[in-house]
Amino acid sequence: MAKGRVSIVVEHCKSCGFCVEFCPSHVLALSSAFNSKGYHPPHAVHPEKCSGCDLCGMYCPDFAIFATKTPGAKEGDK
Amino acid sequence: MSDRLITDIVNAGVNPVDHILRTDRMPHIWCPGCGIGTTVNSFARALIDSKIDLGSLALVSGIGCTGRVAGYVKLDSFHTTHGRAIPFATGLKLANPKLNVVVYSGDGDLSAIGGNHLIHAARRNIDLKVICVNNLIYAMTGGQTAPTTPGHSTTSTNPYGTFEPSFNLPHLVEAAGAVYVARWTTFHVRQLARSIGEAFQKKGFSFIEVISPCPTLYQRRNKLGDGLDTMKYYKEKSKVRHGAPTGEVGLTMTGEIIVGKFVDRDRPDYQTMMRTQYCESLGERFVEQEEMVCS
Repeated sequence: MAKGRVSIVVEHCKSCGFCVEFCPSHVLALSSAFNSKGYHPPHAVHPEKCSGCDLCGMYCPDFAIFATKTPGAKEGDK
Repeated sequence: MSDRLITDIVNAGVNPVDHILRTDRMPHIWCPGCGIGTTVNSFARALIDSKIDLGSLALVSGIGCTGRVAGYVKLDSFHTTHGRAIPFATGLKLANPKLNVVVYSGDGDLSAIGGNHLIHAARRNIDLKVICVNNLIYAMTGGQTAPTTPGHSTTSTNPYGTFEPSFNLPHLVEAAGAVYVARWTTFHVRQLARSIGEAFQKKGFSFIEVISPCPTLYQRRNKLGDGLDTMKYYKEKSKVRHGAPTGEVGLTMTGEIIVGKFVDRDRPDYQTMMRTQYCESLGERFVEQEEMVCS
């Protein structure tokens, strides 16, 4: 069970790539799909690696991504 | 892949900073790769972490890209005339000394047209928290040379390169008398949030400079890549040096960026000095100002 879960508000994303670049566990990648403004929002390619640290949420200039800790996940769980 | 995206929309809960933002106005007008949103994010998290009463907080901003912050935060906010964010904030603070007043503006607004107000507010040590987002250019008006534009960079008013020496803002405000001076880049999100929290603990003129990318006008014209390339440059070239002499922290176009907390000192603020002076000269006749109530 992953320690955290990343949520993406697809319509707010402007595909700057900050979250993809600075995620410490490399959970994210820009997808090839478009949102309605024509940007490529990120998606979680390795959701099981997410630690819920919310660094993606702090870097996001568009308030379009955030991560939450999974309640009940133990330290050391993958 | 499209399945994944739809799942993500369904899974989207509530962003922890949503209650500080006017989410009905999102997505905002800032360009893809612009760092202003990141600074607002850090600011919002600093407010949450420092548990400040949001009702006692007022945010004042001037004109420019960063001036738009006032419209996107769900706080008492004030979008003022060009360069006059600090005078409006000074008035707010004097009329209601219990208010925490934050000035959130850009380098062009604070140091160019409002440069005079900046140095005098620092000299008087008015209890304001000034967050200056420095994108090294006048961005909203089309990329003209600003007082902070580093030498040799190309701008729309200096197509053959800037030759004017630029302002070193931490040095300027330290010399003018600020009690707290720090500089971070948009790469240092956690440090920036901590610094904003520290500034709220200080009484007096606090100044935090945040170096931010402007991919549309500054980086593109100088062939420095996009917002992400600039963030990588910040990561690679910034050096944390707390307490560095501010005279040595000037910015260049592609050189090292010294970041950190440069000044943290104590000096009586404007209202303390005013009270001391009036108590001394008027004695018994001096009456403390009553709290102002708007009805």
